Amino acid sequence: MSFPWAKAYEPKAPLMRFLDERLPLPRFVYNAVGAGYPVPRNLSYFWNFGILAGFCLVLQIVTGVVLAMHYSANALVAFNSVEHIMRDVNWGWMLRYAHANGASFFFVVVYIHIFRGLFYSSYKAPREMIWLLGVVIFLLMMATAFMGYVLPWGQMSFWGAKVITGLFGAIPLVGEPLQIWLLGGYAPDNAALNRFYSLHFLLPFVIAGVVILHIWALHIPGSSNPTGVEVKSESDTVPFHPYYTAKDGFGLGVFLIIYTLFVFFLPNALGHPDNYIPANPLSTPAHIVPEWYFWPFYAILRAFTSDFLLPAKLWGVLAMFSAILCWFFLPWLDRSPVRSGHYRPLFRKFFLFGLIPCMAVLFWCGGAPAEEPYVMLSQIATAYYFLHFLVILPIVSLVERPEPLPYSITDAVLGTPADDGTVKGHMIQGENARPAV
Amino acid sequence: MTRLIGILVGLVFTFVVLLAFVFGAWTFATEEVSPTAEHEFHLAPRHASYQFDGALGTWDYQQLQRGYQVYKEVCSACHSLKLVGLRNLAELGYTEAEVKAEAASWVVPGIDPVTGEASTRPGTPTDYFPSPYPNDVAAAAANNNAVPPDLSLITKARHHGTEYVRSLLTGYRNPDTFSVDGKRLKEEFPDFETPAGLHFNPYFPNLNLAMAPPLTTPGQVTYADGTDPTIEQMATDVSAFLTWTAEPTLVRRKQTGWPVLGFLLFATVLAWYAKKQVWAPVKPKKRKGAVTATATPGDHEA
Amino acid sequence: MASTTGAAPDDAMTTDGDSGTHPVRRRDFINIAAVSAAGVGGLAVLYPLISQMAPSKDVLAESTTELDLSAIQPGQAVKAVFRKQPVFIRNLTPQEIAAADAVDVSSLRDPQTLAERTKAGHGNWLITMGVCTHLGCVPLGAGEGENKGEFGGYFCPCHGSHYDTAARIRKGPAPTNLLVPEYEFTTDTTVVIG
Repeated sequence: MSFPWAKAYEPKAPLMRFLDERLPLPRFVYNAVGAGYPVPRNLSYFWNFGILAGFCLVLQIVTGVVLAMHYSANALVAFNSVEHIMRDVNWGWMLRYAHANGASFFFVVVYIHIFRGLFYSSYKAPREMIWLLGVVIFLLMMATAFMGYVLPWGQMSFWGAKVITGLFGAIPLVGEPLQIWLLGGYAPDNAALNRFYSLHFLLPFVIAGVVILHIWALHIPGSSNPTGVEVKSESDTVPFHPYYTAKDGFGLGVFLIIYTLFVFFLPNALGHPDNYIPANPLSTPAHIVPEWYFWPFYAILRAFTSDFLLPAKLWGVLAMFSAILCWFFLPWLDRSPVRSGHYRPLFRKFFLFGLIPCMAVLFWCGGAPAEEPYVMLSQIATAYYFLHFLVILPIVSLVERPEPLPYSITDAVLGTPADDGTVKGHMIQGENARPAV
Repeated sequence: MTRLIGILVGLVFTFVVLLAFVFGAWTFATEEVSPTAEHEFHLAPRHASYQFDGALGTWDYQQLQRGYQVYKEVCSACHSLKLVGLRNLAELGYTEAEVKAEAASWVVPGIDPVTGEASTRPGTPTDYFPSPYPNDVAAAAANNNAVPPDLSLITKARHHGTEYVRSLLTGYRNPDTFSVDGKRLKEEFPDFETPAGLHFNPYFPNLNLAMAPPLTTPGQVTYADGTDPTIEQMATDVSAFLTWTAEPTLVRRKQTGWPVLGFLLFATVLAWYAKKQVWAPVKPKKRKGAVTATATPGDHEA
Repeated sequence: MASTTGAAPDDAMTTDGDSGTHPVRRRDFINIAAVSAAGVGGLAVLYPLISQMAPSKDVLAESTTELDLSAIQPGQAVKAVFRKQPVFIRNLTPQEIAAADAVDVSSLRDPQTLAERTKAGHGNWLITMGVCTHLGCVPLGAGEGENKGEFGGYFCPCHGSHYDTAARIRKGPAPTNLLVPEYEFTTDTTVVIG
């Protein structure tokens, strides 16, 4: 789309010509994921995860629509209707395991997608809008996943719903009425289950809509790439089809193999046994944990244990939401002219030895019981999390001396030998001149 | 400006959470956390192996039938199996006539066809396993206020459920002499008491279980296939049966997984070669230490 | 286009072992195979997605309905439920049997005698599905005082099908007689349908 050398769609078959003149859908697809979309030729396998996330969304919608044909959103029968799916519905066990594990794999893929974006600073100009829409998608996914987990109406469903809506109770003044309004009652019951079901069905289609915007915004500047150097000439790109369709096809195969291993051989490994106990409003499970993909944020929530000016509970809720909301501001917090972490020595150290271990600790502590040493560990990790995004990134982008960039993607791929035999480059993106050959 | 506000907000959160850390660390360092008996003497389920284990596992129908017999003659006095249909017994290898006969041996609630009043009748394959108590209140009243859980999903509702059930059934001990790794419970926790009406069982999370030992004597159940009904055997069989009730499709799931996995491996290998073929013309090749370029994409007709 | 570093173009093809002879054919073969595999996989996924809509096991589970007929007087009919559908059980009077037998079978749209539609020894018990063979409405005539139609059997108000005392279609759009389900008498007054 965006490059002058992008191939134009030329319908060959009469039917395609007929269609192209009336509803240019084939042209649209051709320009979006076909030969008409030039993509940097140096994308690594980390760039497979966008397509994989799209695949997961389709997978979840298809299995979800099918499960909805058998599920009953009524507190009296919801649990049994899920077991009806598992036992009586033809292939119901497979569809449900595919959907439950599909949610987990969707998050695996999206987390990798997000952290790829963080390392390569894919949020920087001119791609801010792609990043902002991506954060919106992530928030919508979290809401959808949370409400979906409530639907089986097991112990974890019930207590998860209670605890998460309880977070809103921390908001001063309006908190408690808000919580009661959200649940349609004083505790999760039919009203809550039905509205969660309705929204759980609706939100994926909202996500699909935002995904279309996300991809639209992507096609304006084109994909970023591991060097972070913008595309300069046709030799920097290859057409999406067949190059990246082939590469994504292989990536999808690898993804499906791992996913299949879980669906058929470890279907409950990522779930919690307590959700096979029907919801019981009178007995809380010994150890309430959300699904694993919420653990980092759950750890941040629980890290705030002291009342400093505000109640600890409110600090936790504020921090948990800020932990995601601060991502919205990344394009303006990180002002380094260089995108890729490969050419940013200081940023790279903080990312690999700060942020990644910090996230690992948050994941680990979020799933652990609320006792020491997990709380202290998550407190340190939480402190680093906020320091990293809000303090370190802005400061690093001011003081860091980036390494020389390659002149172009082609040079990076082919390793253009300069006069002295080393790869020559320049520091400032966009101002780098062609090295003399 | 964004950066300034960001740094301020970041520092505030960092300060507050580090404050909490200091308080937490102070508490942790100064206050002795006294160990609890539940923490020190709770045992993880003992390992056991079953024919349905592993990626190639299959049901041992003889074992499932024995387990069903244990459930019927022992467990069903207090525990329901609400999610399982009597028709499902056909999956344990019973013939149609045997399923009908088994179903008829259960008394299920019905209504009097003339008066419409509640009554009972022999079960048919379309019925589900009847519950021993009409409701939870009756179940609690009859069991010292502890409602015996429904067993349909019990092995999925506990960590290592199959082994947990087996360990629990065989795990009753005398708390006065119980010891782990040479440490005696009564020496470490002299105040530890098993309240009247409860029973000491180290496999149960809080060590005191409302359920009285259900399998007490070898030969409590007489197996039709001649297997020696030791307590261990009965516990193993019923835990296998309850694994089946929790997931009747377990074996079918694994058996479906293999062809799916095989196909995906095949397709992925093909995809790998296809990807290699497509990319071959534009991939740089390293040769003799020097980096050599190959054709650029424009040369290549896909 | 010239490659950026001016490497010899023939280097490009060295990955293809036999590129000199059939590079295109081999490449096409692998691509076609990979795309076909994806197609086969996609089709295979359709199977569970379609079959999940077929009746589930609990619906398919053999269902039977047992009925006590002792309270049904001659001339009376009752409705029972079999597989979530109505069943009509009718105790025919001698006059109704005579009326049914008097009909010339060959003149019927769906030729059947009354004897073929009842069990030997229980010729007065007419047991049929209460589902009109036209479009599935429940015909009238089993309840007290309902319209029995022109032939004294059942009448479907939806599109005006008239059934006679043997529940055979006589007038109206229905193509066949009311269906006789599988059933058996376990005693003289008990019948098990299904």
